[in-house]
Amino acid sequence: MSESLATVSYIGATILFILSLGGLSNPESSRRGNLYGMIGMTIAVLATIFGPRVTMAGIPWIIGSMVAGGSIGLYAARVVKMTQMPELVALMHSLVGLAACLVGFANYIDPSAAAHLTSAEKAIHEMEIYIGILIGAITFSGSIIAFGKLSGKIGGKPLLLPARHWLNLLGLLIVIYCGWQFLHSASVSAGMLPLIVMTLIALLFGIHMVMAIGGADMPVVVSMLNSYSGWAAAATGFMLSNDLLIVTGALVGSSGAILSYIMCRAMNRNFISVIAGGFGTGGGTVVAASGDAQPAGEVVAISAAETAELLREARNVIIVPGYGMAVAQAQHTVCEITQYLRDNGINVRFGIHPVAGRMPGHMNVLLAEARVPYDIVLEMDELNADFPNTDVAMPVLEVWKAKTSIVMKRSMASGYAGVDNPLFYKENNRMLFGDAKKMLEEVFVALKS
Amino acid sequence: MTLMIGIPRETAAGEKRVATVPEVVEKLIKLGFSVAVESGAGDAANFSDDTYRAAGAEIIAGAAKLWAASDIVFKVRGPSTDEIGLMREGCTLVSFIWPAQNPELLKQLAAKKATVLAMDSVPRMSRAQKLDALSSMANIAGYRAVIEAAHQFGRFFTGQITAAGKVPPAKVFVIGAGVAGLAAIGAACGLGAIVRANDTRPEVGDQVKSMGGEFVTVDYEEEGTGVGGYAKLMSEGFQKAQRETFAKQAKEVDIIITTALIPGKPAPKLITAEMVQSMKPGSVIVDMAAEQGGNCELTEPGQVVMKHGVTIIGYTDLPSRLSKQSSTLYATNLFRLTEELCKTKDGIINVNMEDEVIRGTTVVKDGNITWPPPAPKLSAAPAKPAAAKPVAAPAAKGHGKGGAPASGTKTAIMFGAAAALFWLIGANAPAAFLGHFTVFVLACFVGYMVVWNVTPALHTPLMSVTNAISSIIAIGALVQIAPPLSLLSGFNRPDSLIRWLAVAGIALTAVNMFGGFAVTQRMLAMFRK
Repeated sequence: MSESLATVSYIGATILFILSLGGLSNPESSRRGNLYGMIGMTIAVLATIFGPRVTMAGIPWIIGSMVAGGSIGLYAARVVKMTQMPELVALMHSLVGLAACLVGFANYIDPSAAAHLTSAEKAIHEMEIYIGILIGAITFSGSIIAFGKLSGKIGGKPLLLPARHWLNLLGLLIVIYCGWQFLHSASVSAGMLPLIVMTLIALLFGIHMVMAIGGADMPVVVSMLNSYSGWAAAATGFMLSNDLLIVTGALVGSSGAILSYIMCRAMNRNFISVIAGGFGTGGGTVVAASGDAQPAGEVVAISAAETAELLREARNVIIVPGYGMAVAQAQHTVCEITQYLRDNGINVRFGIHPVAGRMPGHMNVLLAEARVPYDIVLEMDELNADFPNTDVAMPVLEVWKAKTSIVMKRSMASGYAGVDNPLFYKENNRMLFGDAKKMLEEVFVALKS
Repeated sequence: MTLMIGIPRETAAGEKRVATVPEVVEKLIKLGFSVAVESGAGDAANFSDDTYRAAGAEIIAGAAKLWAASDIVFKVRGPSTDEIGLMREGCTLVSFIWPAQNPELLKQLAAKKATVLAMDSVPRMSRAQKLDALSSMANIAGYRAVIEAAHQFGRFFTGQITAAGKVPPAKVFVIGAGVAGLAAIGAACGLGAIVRANDTRPEVGDQVKSMGGEFVTVDYEEEGTGVGGYAKLMSEGFQKAQRETFAKQAKEVDIIITTALIPGKPAPKLITAEMVQSMKPGSVIVDMAAEQGGNCELTEPGQVVMKHGVTIIGYTDLPSRLSKQSSTLYATNLFRLTEELCKTKDGIINVNMEDEVIRGTTVVKDGNITWPPPAPKLSAAPAKPAAAKPVAAPAAKGHGKGGAPASGTKTAIMFGAAAALFWLIGANAPAAFLGHFTVFVLACFVGYMVVWNVTPALHTPLMSVTNAISSIIAIGALVQIAPPLSLLSGFNRPDSLIRWLAVAGIALTAVNMFGGFAVTQRMLAMFRK
C-alpha cells in the first residue's frame, strides 16, 4: 500500500471516529456509532500494517501481540459486571497511558526517527516525546489508583498530604528543569536520565492527584483520565507526525474534557481547578459550609410493608437510584417493582443525578441492563425544572418537594462522600434501613400480596 | 411552661373558615403547645367541637374567655376592634392583616404591646412557600371562581355532539395568571372549556400552557414583572393596547375571570362597561379582585349583579365558600409557621427577627410596628437585570441545549489569551509542526461539537467508546515494530529493544481496542425503549 493510500485510509478512519462519537449522542443511533468506531479502528490498523512504514518482518509480532491483548480484552469485556464498569474503564485508561509511555521511549531511543530533522524541528520533536511520556505516565498511574479506589482496594477517603500544593509545584519545577536538561542533552544516553526522572515524578504526580480525591468526585476523575489518555495519544501523534493520531487523540481528549466539564457543573465545581488536579477536597467543606450547622432533627424509619403501602397508593413515583443500588445488585428488583407499578397504572419515572454512581451515566447503564425502558429515565434538570434552585450548594434532585420521600440506606453512617445529608431529617422523609436488594425484594413481595 | 394557642370563632359576616382543624391541632400539641378552641369555631367548616376535643384541644365557650386564656391567637380575618379589646396585653396574633390597607389596625395592635404576624406578608421565597397562605387561598378561590361561573352560566363547559344537537364548548378568558388565575385555568380546562389567559408578565406564558390554557399576548413591548414576581402598574400606551385586546376577547368569549391585582394599589379597571355590553347575553364575569375595587367597572363587591344581560359575580369570600378545604390548607400554613417559630419543639415561640421569613411576616413586634420590612434579598422571580438573563438562565440548566453565552469582557480576555498563544506558536514553530497543529486545533473543536449534545444516559458508553478509540495509539507502536530498512540504513538502531517495547505497546492497546468496543457493544445492546 502506498503512502497516499495509507493517508486516505487515515482520513476515512478519522471521519468514522467522528461519526462514532456523534452517533453515541443518542440511544437510537448509538449502536451504529459503536460500529463506525470499530470499522474506523480496523481501517486504521490495517492501513498502518500494510502501509509503507511496516515491513513483512513485523507481521508475526503484530499478530502475536494483537491476539494476546485482544483476547484478554474480549474476555474482560465479556465477564465484567455492569456494576464494575467504572473499574474496567479506569483500568483501560491506564493501559493507554502505559502504551503512550512505551511508544515515547521507543521513539526516543530510535536514532532514525529524528535523523532527517533540522535543529528547530528536532527540539520540537523531543519536546513532543517529553510531553507525550509525561501525560502518558500521569494517565497510567492516575488510572491505576482510580481503579484501586473504584474497586475498593484503596479506601475512598481523600489522602491529603501536608503542603500538597507545594509538593505538586516542586514536582512541576523538577519536570521543567528535567525538560531543559533533556532538550540540551548531547546524546540519547545523556538525555535518558532526565527523561526517567521526569517519568518517575509524573507517575508520583498521577498517584498523588487521584489519591487526594474523595469518592464523590470519582465520576469526574474517570472522565478526566479519559481526556488525559486522549491527549497522550495526540502528543504521540505530534511525535510521529501522524495526523490520524493527532485528530483521534484530540477528539478523545476534548470529549473527555467536555464530559468532565459537564460533571463539574453538575456538582458546582470549578472546571479549571479540576483540570489542574488536586481537587475534591472542596466537596466536604462547600456542602458543610452552606448547610451551616450539622443537620439535626428526627429521622423517621419506615418498614418494607409500609413502603409497599405508600407505593400502592401513589400515582406518581420517582425512583432516584444511587450507588447503593449498584452495590446491592438491586437493579433487577427495581425493574420488577417498576414493571408491577406501571402495570397498575402508576406513573413511574427515574431521576438520575448527573454524578450518581462511580462514573458518568453509570446508573443509566445499570437500569438499561435490568431492561428499564430508557424513555422513563430522566436527568435531574428534566424533573427539577419547575423548582427554583436557590440555596443548595450542589445541584440535587429536589426529592423533598415530593409528598413523601423514602431513602434506602444501610445505616445512618454518612456515605462515600463523607457528607451528612439534611434530607434524612426532613419530615416528609422516611428511612428504609437495610440492604437495598433485600429490602426491595420485601417491598415487592408486600406489593404483590 | 408551654404556651396556649387559642382559636376564636371568626366574627366577620359570612366568614366560614376557621384557623385550625383537628388534624393540625394534634401536630401543634406535638410541638409542645396546648390548644384551646372556641366552642362552635369550626361549625361553618364542618368541624364539630367533638372532633377538636378528640384531637386534644380544650373547648372554651365564649370569645372573652378564650382570648383571655390565649398566649397566641390564630385567626383567619384580622381582628375587629371588639376583639382587640378582648386581647391580652403582649399576646401574639397570627392572621391576615393587610397592613398597607389597615394602618389604624396596626396602631391599635401596637397599643396592646402585641406581636403580630401577618399571613399576607409572608415573603415570596421558595423556603417560605409552605407558609404562603395567600397562594393556598388563591388556589381555592381560582377553583371556586370557575364553579361559581359554571353555576351562573346557562350551558355546558365542554363541547358535545349529542342526539339532541351539537353543544359548542364554552370559551373562558382568564385575566391575570397568578396562583388564582392558574387554578382557574386548570379548573376550567378540567370542565372541558377552551381557556385563554393574559398576563402582563410574559414569563408566565409557559405556566398558562402547562395548565392547558392558551396564552394571549398584548401586542406592545413592555416588561410587566415587578418586585417579588408580582405584576406592576403598566404605562398608558400598554394599557391602551391591552384594552383593545380585551375588547376583542370580550366579544368572543362566554366567561371572563379577572384576577388582576397590583400589591398595595386598587385593582386596575380592565373591563369597561362597553366591553360588558359587547359580550353575548348569558355570559358571566367573575371579578376576583372585587375586594380591591374590582377589575370590571360594573362589579359590585360581594354581590352578583346582572348588567346588559351579563352576570357579574363580585364575591369577596370565594375561599370561604370552600370552607373545609380552605380551613385545612390555612391551618397547615399556620402550622408550618409555628414550626418556624418553635424550632426547639418545646411549646415556646421565638420570633427571630434575623430569620428573613419571620422578619417579613412580622408586622408588629412587642408593640413596635415593624412594617414594612426591609426589601427582600431574594425573590421568586428575580427582577431582570438585563434582557439576556432570563434567556440564559434556563439554557444553563441543562447542558446539551447550548451553554449560556459568556460575558463580553470574559470572552475578550479569552480571545486575547488565545491570540497571544497562537502568536507565540506561529513565531517560533517550524512549518511542518504548524500543519499538525492546525489539524489538532480543528479536531479539538470537532470533539467539542460532537460530544456537547450527548445525553447523560450515554455517558458511560461514550467513555468506553472513546477509551476504545484512544487505543489508536497502537499505530505509534505499529510503525516502530519493523520499519522498512531503507529508513534505517546508517543508524545504530537498538532493534530488538524497540521491538519489545512496541510489542508490549501493541498488546496493551489491543486489550483496550477489543475490550473497549466489545463492552460498549454489550452496554448499548441493553438500551431499549
